[in-house]
Amino acid sequence: MKVIEIRNLKKTYNTGEVKVKAVNGISIDFEEGEFAAIVGPSGSGKTTFLNMLGGLDRPTSGEVVIGGANVWELSSRKLIDFRMNNIGFVFQAYNLIPVLTAGENVEFIMQLQGMPKKERGMRTKELLEAVGLADRINSRPGKLSGGQQQRVAVARALASRPKFILADEPTANLDSKATTSLLEMMAEMNKKYNTTFIFATHDQRVMDKARRIVSIEDGRILSDERFER
Amino acid sequence: MILSISWRNIWRNKVRSLVIIFSIAIGIFAGVFSAAFFKGMADQRIQKVINTELSYIQIHQPDYRQNSDFGNFIPDGSALTAKIRQLPHVTGVSQRILIQSMLASAETASGVLIAGIDPAIESTVTNLNTKIIEGAYFDGIKRNPIVIGKKLAEKLNVKVRSKVVITLQDLDNNITSGAFRVAGIYSTDNNLFDESRVFIRSSALIKLTAFPATAAHEIAINIDASENLSLVESQVKEIAGDKEVMNWKALSPEMNYLTEAMGIYMYVFIIIILLALLFGIINTMLMVVMERRKELGMLMAVGMNKRRIFTMIVLESILLSITGGIVGIVIGALTAKYGETHPVDLSMWAQGYQQLGYDAFVYTSVDPVMLVNVSIMVMITGVIAALYPAYKALKNDPADALRME
Ligand SMILES: Nc1ncnc2c1ncn2[C@@H]1O[C@H](COP(=O)(O)OP(=O)(O)OP(=O)(O)O)[C@@H](O)[C@H]1O
Ligand SMILES: [Mg+2]
Repeated sequence: MKVIEIRNLKKTYNTGEVKVKAVNGISIDFEEGEFAAIVGPSGSGKTTFLNMLGGLDRPTSGEVVIGGANVWELSSRKLIDFRMNNIGFVFQAYNLIPVLTAGENVEFIMQLQGMPKKERGMRTKELLEAVGLADRINSRPGKLSGGQQQRVAVARALASRPKFILADEPTANLDSKATTSLLEMMAEMNKKYNTTFIFATHDQRVMDKARRIVSIEDGRILSDERFER
Repeated sequence: MILSISWRNIWRNKVRSLVIIFSIAIGIFAGVFSAAFFKGMADQRIQKVINTELSYIQIHQPDYRQNSDFGNFIPDGSALTAKIRQLPHVTGVSQRILIQSMLASAETASGVLIAGIDPAIESTVTNLNTKIIEGAYFDGIKRNPIVIGKKLAEKLNVKVRSKVVITLQDLDNNITSGAFRVAGIYSTDNNLFDESRVFIRSSALIKLTAFPATAAHEIAINIDASENLSLVESQVKEIAGDKEVMNWKALSPEMNYLTEAMGIYMYVFIIIILLALLFGIINTMLMVVMERRKELGMLMAVGMNKRRIFTMIVLESILLSITGGIVGIVIGALTAKYGETHPVDLSMWAQGYQQLGYDAFVYTSVDPVMLVNVSIMVMITGVIAALYPAYKALKNDPADALRME
């Protein structure tokens, strides 16, 4: 089943005199349960592309269709709710609210969704357990390592039961050990909940784990390969 | 959860938050305490006027206050007085006969308003008996004692035991006169009152003018505490029927105006303080929004809509203000409460004040309604201070904010 359909997506930034074609005509589909990496050199348009998929950055032209709806035809108010209910985000940093504990960070998004308290509590426990941080439920992010913080971010992203998770350079700030274990955990979550993961990365270790690698350069797709892993 | 995030956010930068909280606390303390101080001062002034001149409630025949016609008296004055005396909270009821007349000494004469009273009963309503500076309150003179003000005594050049002659028109418009001796000389803060008001026994006045023994022009009522005024007033109105019943506010609009004006000044003062604090809070909240640009971007990306972001910022500002406000109000109220029993001594500067009728010792007076209003005003200040920073936060574009530099 297709989770995302992207049709001729373009984004041009106007910086003074110069026009930057950050994304220059990308068409691609993502299936349910994929574990895909968007790779490419710096400035190739990965972040721009991901932000357009995630409803954060408005395309200059083209369509992003998620669950039959063209995301960019939604009103900006509806778009926020759409993001909350359909897309999970893991950023490179600043993922968590520093004044909330790990558990509260995970629970918060479910509260925004209006999930009943009891269910929220159970799901928070379950997710933190799944990412291996059940014992840190009451720790604030400042007391967690970078890798642990990213794990909480993944749990938070999963909490809203999204159709897919977008992760922009999730391992960029992590050492090799933390990267490996975070990736393993995400692969496990991907299997366990059949949630689609889409990464933007230049991290070789992420590419090694990905079952699909989409290379882009100058805002266009160079290659799109699938692997059995 | 948003409330709890806002509250915890305040404590992320403890020093900055504490600085602003303490500025608010000090400002509000100053406002609350000065309000209590000046209200105390005004209350004391008014209380004095009520105690010496006005009394809380007066009853007259309708129209009496317009033309002071001697014939326009309350015929069943004594019966009415007796009934009012039975009312709860009433501590004294004095029946007065009033008449304009000439008071002449050996040297000169002056127009005065004579009040015929029962000295003992009058003391339950006004404190004239405590204002005697020479002689005694109706004591020491056997026949026809009179109590006059210091100003008048100076004008007529009379002393205690001096003889004065009252000349007046009785009910049948016949001119009569009677000789009196000064028993006591009183002094209040009101020169005009001291110069124009003299007191004699009502029995003497009745004899002089053939006035009906149970009648009166004025019934003055004293009560136990000012908060019972409207209660007693309405009960008196019921008993008094068609008579004109007025409380001190109506009797002396300028005294009432004093309280109201004082209240308005205090609010203006507090608003000025809050206005100054407003800019401090705006500044703090702007810093907060700038610092948390990325975090706010993340929150918007994952599902906080504009309303929630706005609420979060406004709540943080309100909590910041209210925390400072509560500290200020509590300290201000406690200090002012202490001042209700431990007066502020102004005697160093008080000479000028005393001439205006104010006391050298000021007992503060805390108005609970004002405390509530100040709390609300602090809260509103918090909201106003958050508006521009919150607007800035909403302008934040999550895609932009989250791009790593
Ligand atoms: N807000 C913006 N205004 C102007 N130009 C922009 C903006 N955002 C991105 N660009 C430009 O668009 C191009 C693509 O940028 P993008 O961040 O998508 O690349 P990327 O592949 O994510 O790079 P990196 O690997 O460094 O994160 C770059 O040339 C960048 O300078
Ligand atoms: Mg990027």
